Amino acid sequence: MDFINILSIFVMACFVGYYVVWSVTPALHTPLMAVTNAISSVIIVGALIAAAAAGSPVAKWLGLAGVVLASINIFGGFAVTERMLAMYKKKERK
Amino acid sequence: MGSPRFLSPARAGHQLLRSGAVRWASAFAGLSAFLATTAQAADFASGDLPLHVGNASIADAAAHMPLPAWALIAYLISGVLFILALRGLSSPASSRRGNRFGMIGMLIAVVTTLVTHSVATLPEIAIAIAIGGGIGFVIARKIAMTDMPQLVAAFHSLVGLAAVLVGLAAYFNPDAFGILLPDGTINPVSRVEMGLGIAIGAITFSGSVIAFLKLAGKMSGAPIMLPGRHIINLGTLALIVGLTGYFTTDQSIEVIAAITLLSFIIGFLLIIPIGGADMPVVVSMLNSYSGWAAAAMGFTLHNTAMIITGALVGSSGAILSYIMCRAMNRSFISVIAGGFGADDGGSGGAGAAKSDRPWKRGSAEDAAFLLKEAQNVIIIPGYGMAVAQAQHTLREMGDLLKEEGVNVKYAIHPVAGRMPGHMNVLLAEANVPYDEVFELEDINSEFAQADVAFIIGANDVVNPAAKSDKSSPIYGMPVFDVDKAKTIFFIKRSMGGVGYSGVDNDVFYMDQTMMLLGDAKKMVEEIIKSL
Repeated sequence: MDFINILSIFVMACFVGYYVVWSVTPALHTPLMAVTNAISSVIIVGALIAAAAAGSPVAKWLGLAGVVLASINIFGGFAVTERMLAMYKKKERK
Repeated sequence: MGSPRFLSPARAGHQLLRSGAVRWASAFAGLSAFLATTAQAADFASGDLPLHVGNASIADAAAHMPLPAWALIAYLISGVLFILALRGLSSPASSRRGNRFGMIGMLIAVVTTLVTHSVATLPEIAIAIAIGGGIGFVIARKIAMTDMPQLVAAFHSLVGLAAVLVGLAAYFNPDAFGILLPDGTINPVSRVEMGLGIAIGAITFSGSVIAFLKLAGKMSGAPIMLPGRHIINLGTLALIVGLTGYFTTDQSIEVIAAITLLSFIIGFLLIIPIGGADMPVVVSMLNSYSGWAAAAMGFTLHNTAMIITGALVGSSGAILSYIMCRAMNRSFISVIAGGFGADDGGSGGAGAAKSDRPWKRGSAEDAAFLLKEAQNVIIIPGYGMAVAQAQHTLREMGDLLKEEGVNVKYAIHPVAGRMPGHMNVLLAEANVPYDEVFELEDINSEFAQADVAFIIGANDVVNPAAKSDKSSPIYGMPVFDVDKAKTIFFIKRSMGGVGYSGVDNDVFYMDQTMMLLGDAKKMVEEIIKSL
């Protein structure tokens, strides 16, 4: 993929993000922040590549540290979002 | 706090298997496993490690990272699942399914990465994930809902730091990231992306650490104003941009180290002048930054999942910042410039005037009587309610009133609480059904029909000065029309304090207003007793 392809994906994704986020109900803005936190830890992909590769011990340890940090976020972020979302309940109809 | 409601991994897996979406996903997993085997066999046959770049040149960027096609599609699918995760949040009913999509997307991204790269260090990676995951789980389980803003700030700082680490790792091992040119230098375009990723990541990190300390009360929320800070900040930012440009011609370690260090400093400098009350905007803004950092790294790695996610998170944080600014009628620039609440010169006069005006004090019994007789009651909770931990007691009161046939609704201002949507979470935690909770625009017309407006721990968001008094610092901020309600109960600790804006509130002195002075939780408990 060349730079222009990547840039196109990025620009399109910004627009998708714009419309999707405006459709999020304000009541769920806190879970939105928690879940965006979790998914932005997809940066773990980069950390894994660095940690997995042979060749540079410095890069390996930087990568492993990155994996630890991103994992805190992934597990913590999704778990706390799940915990919050489970609290939102509808009125019991009698 | 009751038993933790989030799913244990085992239960989560079980529930996942029951949902139709996941049947689809497991079919996909099976497919990718099959493709992985064939792809790897092909790789081994050709004796070529998947990530090794042969003769890549800038012109021939297509050869940048010869990942197998299925892997590119897998990253794309994981990006799409992240979009669906956010889409699910359009209503509480679909939100949990959305969150599962997010988890699956992350799993696909991680597995794809591990399968397509020759992993020399699997045990170490497994341990790293276990350590991080364990810490994350424990934090997520233990955190009190009132502490969500600082948790989110802390999480942002981790994303930022991870971005810095990944950027530096790419610098030290460009070959592994497929950004090494045949002449042994790093692709200049990648150097810019790397520099930007590190800079944004470092700003996110140090900025979020300050935001965390301010939100957690470990550092004073008062703005810290350095003389000439605008010049210092702009100069530092310009220097970072300049160095990133220079990095394309000189890839020595001093340059990247300087970019990293300066970015840590500027993140710190940018957030210290911002007052505690503006933290909702700051947290949203840092959320946005953490997204842009991930996107920049996605550019370096040519990774679709990271780019899509970065763009989503970046837009999300930007929109939330905008919503928060609009709800406070503050411009984004003035928030960033900082210093709100630093000089209280203007509010001093208003503060002196207020003691002269007559106001009525009500008792819990009065409130109980009038609430019981009312048909429509609108409760306006503010952050003061959360501080007093009165949300559970408040919900009990609401339940008792509903048994009396009273129509009870909750009205939430966008800036109630310490982050976007914070008050909704606190009410949800107290078991208030979400369909009894309304946003400002949806309920504001109903105050004219309301018998009682019950204000607990809120102040500025009901101040009519925002509508009428052009000289007021909060003029233009959207507020609840509580003055249209027949009776107003205003729970407040004492008559002395005012909202964070430091503005006096005419609602205190209205004919239909009864001030209920005291601790919010105790006051509501007394009302419950009288009911």
